[in-house]
Amino acid sequence: MSVATAQAQIFSVRNLNVWYGSQHALKDIELPIYKNEVTAIIGPSGCGKSTFIKTLNLMIQHVKRVRMSGELLYQERNLLDQGVDLVSLRKQVGMVFQKGNPFGKSIFENVAYGPRIHGMSKKKELEETVERALRDAFLWDEVKDRLHTSALGLSGGQQQRLCIARTIATRPEVLLMDEPTSALDPISTSKIEELAMQLKKDYTIVMVTHNMQQAARVSDRTAFFLMGELIEHDETGKIFSTPNDTRTENYVMGRFG
Amino acid sequence: MVVRENFTSQLEELKDKLVSIGELAQEALQKAMIALTAQNRELALTVIEEDRRINELEDAINEQALLLLAKQAPVASDLRKIIAALKISSDIERMADFAVNIAKATLRIQEPFIKPLQDLPRMADLAIGMLHDAVTAYVEEDVVLAKQLADTDDEVDALYGRISEDLLHVMTKHPNALSQITQLLLVARYLERTGDHATNIAESIFFLVKGKRYGLNE
Repeated sequence: MSVATAQAQIFSVRNLNVWYGSQHALKDIELPIYKNEVTAIIGPSGCGKSTFIKTLNLMIQHVKRVRMSGELLYQERNLLDQGVDLVSLRKQVGMVFQKGNPFGKSIFENVAYGPRIHGMSKKKELEETVERALRDAFLWDEVKDRLHTSALGLSGGQQQRLCIARTIATRPEVLLMDEPTSALDPISTSKIEELAMQLKKDYTIVMVTHNMQQAARVSDRTAFFLMGELIEHDETGKIFSTPNDTRTENYVMGRFG
Repeated sequence: MVVRENFTSQLEELKDKLVSIGELAQEALQKAMIALTAQNRELALTVIEEDRRINELEDAINEQALLLLAKQAPVASDLRKIIAALKISSDIERMADFAVNIAKATLRIQEPFIKPLQDLPRMADLAIGMLHDAVTAYVEEDVVLAKQLADTDDEVDALYGRISEDLLHVMTKHPNALSQITQLLLVARYLERTGDHATNIAESIFFLVKGKRYGLNE
């Protein structure tokens, strides 16, 4: 797997700590996220990987009694400072969840929703945006003849790709994926994996996955979390062949977790 | 709880098989050298006959490694264990073939030796010792022992040079013994190659333990 030589960082996480009440969920995390790469976040349940990914677009702020400290630099701005425009942040840092969660509207409306609330109103422009997003999500050919039927009639894998199309319709910079294939069959899973590898040309992807082989196949870099700590972060080939830390090795070999 | 207990026990099984094939190959080389030194044709035939078991064991190791790769998607040191087992078993199988070659040379030498064999048994002891150490170093994942055995190969190579010279010298004095000297030259060559394969195993042990390639054969 080749790692881009231009190592521009899109996020730089420095000394990040997150608490839920008294529970210390993330401890002194130092992690660069490189542009146009897929970064996989792995670790056993409760290790903090979902907390971490939700911190990147500040979704974590909706959790009660959450506290954060440290630096979460995005475009040279610390997102932990006051006054971050969440609407604009979420437009730039989109998120795809475990299970496709389309709105109960038409396929077209699902994808047009984001651009519309960000002010796009011309019909032609919307149509072009929707088509581009659906093409980028490898879904266009399957749905182009039924754009105005309900999105809920799509299969699970198609719904997940629709959600990806909906997210990229607003042209974000970063795509956060929280276990995007855990509810999908193997063929749909490999479509999402292919898609992730294609999309990194235009986006930066951070993917939480429980599927070790998925991390190995798809990502350029892998970060291993354990009990709120970042144990190891390296090129994926290194993590899956000769990791530095025994805990990482035991985890990727399926010896615990 | 031990996770992946079944997989772990299959890796152990693979290791046990590798130890067995290593012991069989040592035994084959020892018997081949006893047969040669004593010009015992019957024992030489036994070595040739018993090689089948070693080949079968190598097949079994390959088969098990293939299934583990296909079914368990091993990574990191698990993956290296399997790759190392494949490479080491192939080296050992080749060493056992040299035992067969030595046995065949024994059968081809019809007349008594012109002079008793001295350096060849010494060279064989060194090479067989290397194989023995290689199996131990593999089991213990002992890179220090692996390095030591690789160093011994220099002695084997030096002996090979001396034995070849001596034999060529004998040949000039006893031209009628051309046939047995040719066979003994070949035996020396087989033992030299045996040392090289033991060194390959040492390299595989470094790869297994360190995850990097080290050239010990230079």
